[in-house]
Amino acid sequence: MPMATASSSLHGTAAALHGVGAAASSKPRSAAPVARSVRVAAAARGSGSARARGGMVARAAVAANAVAAAESKSGGHELLLFEALREALIEEMKADPTVCVFGEDVGHYGGSYKVTKGLAEMFGDLRVLDTPIAENSFTGMGVGAAMKGLRPIVEGMNMGFLLLAYNQISNNCGMLHYTSGGQFKIPIVIRGPGGVGRQLGAEHSQRLESYFQSIPGLQMVACSTPYNAKGLMKAAIRSENPVVLFEHVLLYNLKEKIPDEEYICCLEEAEMVRPGEHVTILTYSRMRYHVMQAAKTLVNKGYDPEVIDIRSLKPFDLHTIGNSIKKTHRVLIVEECMRTGGIGASLRSSIIDNFWDYLDAPIMCLSSQDVPTPYAAPLEDATVVQPAQIVAAVEQICQ
Amino acid sequence: MAAAALLRRIPAARAPPTALMAARTISDSTAPLTIETSVPFTSHIVDPPSRDVTTTPAELLTFFRDMSLMRRMEIAADSLYKAKLIRGFCHLYDGQEAVAVGMEAAITRSDSIITAYRDHCIYLARGGDLVSAFAELMGRQAGCSRGKGGSMHFYKKDANFYGGHGIVGAQVPLGCGLAFAQKYRKEETATFALYGDGAANQGQLFEALNISALWKLPSILVCENNHYGMGTAEWRAAKSPAYYKRGDYVPGLKVDGMDVLAVKQACKFAKEHAVANGPIVLEMDTYRYHGHSMSDPGSTYRTRDEISGVRQVRIL
Repeated sequence: MPMATASSSLHGTAAALHGVGAAASSKPRSAAPVARSVRVAAAARGSGSARARGGMVARAAVAANAVAAAESKSGGHELLLFEALREALIEEMKADPTVCVFGEDVGHYGGSYKVTKGLAEMFGDLRVLDTPIAENSFTGMGVGAAMKGLRPIVEGMNMGFLLLAYNQISNNCGMLHYTSGGQFKIPIVIRGPGGVGRQLGAEHSQRLESYFQSIPGLQMVACSTPYNAKGLMKAAIRSENPVVLFEHVLLYNLKEKIPDEEYICCLEEAEMVRPGEHVTILTYSRMRYHVMQAAKTLVNKGYDPEVIDIRSLKPFDLHTIGNSIKKTHRVLIVEECMRTGGIGASLRSSIIDNFWDYLDAPIMCLSSQDVPTPYAAPLEDATVVQPAQIVAAVEQICQ
Repeated sequence: MAAAALLRRIPAARAPPTALMAARTISDSTAPLTIETSVPFTSHIVDPPSRDVTTTPAELLTFFRDMSLMRRMEIAADSLYKAKLIRGFCHLYDGQEAVAVGMEAAITRSDSIITAYRDHCIYLARGGDLVSAFAELMGRQAGCSRGKGGSMHFYKKDANFYGGHGIVGAQVPLGCGLAFAQKYRKEETATFALYGDGAANQGQLFEALNISALWKLPSILVCENNHYGMGTAEWRAAKSPAYYKRGDYVPGLKVDGMDVLAVKQACKFAKEHAVANGPIVLEMDTYRYHGHSMSDPGSTYRTRDEISGVRQVRIL
């Protein structure tokens, strides 16, 4: 499916999705106290929404914008996902002088995916730093700078390259807060594109969320739309915890209208994409779009799937997920990780531990094949979950 | 030899307090005195500092007190480990005390220090107390990391001591990150990132040096060369054991690491250099009397004669 058509079709569905999503999520929630991300209550533009928890206010604000776009003068602005990330960076760097960016080609080149385009001109070479190709050391330097009170954002040009910095990410980034008895905080953001692209080859198609998920002390989120990309980036920068933000190589050109006013997304919250009754489909990142495509077919066949973009890969938002399971009693997980040791494996395990009694069918998990990603296109497509498989899985679960 | 000459030169400032039953008077004079280091500095692409070090009798006595305290602490840790009150890994610093003490004398608490796992004495030098140190070693809440870190994870944030790291070499990029933050904030302070001769062969050091030199960061890489990387002698692990030259385009200084005055002079020189010009490498020629850790007897790869020889010749 060429991404060009996907981007334009997303724009149409995004507004509808958010409108629907807001309606579903306006139920009050007694969520577990969320960690230290700062909540910016969106300026209520005549939406009259009560001051609920930040994420909900944000969603309400988006709904107001999307639905009432025609009425309101500044009804949001349209941009691509990489521009949304960039907007978040600019806003946070303007607001907080300790925020700085490290990465290869992020400065003068403008970023290999243009996420940092223009930032070096705006903020200077000391805040937007072109590093040599030395992931191990510049990630370590980011951690050291964070120990001393700066808020670095370390970009892996491709997340796969961060395997070279695994020791720094695991032992220093993840664990220093603990091993120092709480003396040091590591407010670092590690971000970059990952996932399976278009014939990029095995080494450039990795899914590092499965490798990093066991690291204690690390928080992980995955963005999938311009709206949540900006919101999650801002929240990650403001968080006192080390956060890994997973972007996807194929999603940078998605277009969506996002609010003009400032908002953040809660790092630990999942996103209700499409409420439904028959089955809970849990997904994240690029697979969200395969799921939504399958959802169209499923609706035509008479099914009513509930689609949740889990967004928070560590920790899981078991509140949202649990409420859904209690309603539908059937779960399908659709992920891009490989089958062995992926996010799906952990999520399945969590669901069994917490919601076993609510399940009417075994949890199904669709994952990528346990193989290096092939170069040839048909082979590559065969290793990744396709919409047809999702449809078949739902039909099987709902028997 | 230098120490004996020193003691003869200290004038009796006043009669000792009656509580102190010293055989000879102990001076607390702050009159400056100049002492020549026993060995000259060797340098790489920079002019070495002078061999004449300014100090005072009072300072010399604090050196003696601090180094003795560190020595006693490490020996006590040895006994506690053998009594199974300290568990896991325990890397002792006895023999290397002059590096910790000399460095501290040359800098302030606003400068940062980061080291690897042989960190007990640096913690003390940075103002840590014995109770917190021993509590940490024995896994108690009163420990400096609340018992959660152990021997390899001593930190003291308020004294800019950043640890305490178990993975060889990983602390050096962290140290360059600390230096980056110092430059970012225009602090005019420097970071001393300590590592051993074993860690000197890690690629990430060269990466960090390259970045430090490119961005002119106030990083001082200090190789505590005790001539053994765990159980392997320096000549078997390093093609070029001239660690102070390994910076290539980065200046370096080789220092007698068991002469506290030489260490003080070198660190003072290095700090001035780093704040003005960017990174510099210091190689401290030193020795550890214990094995790599308490699990290593330290005698399978070196002879007892070598160890006792060093004790006799290098007067530390």
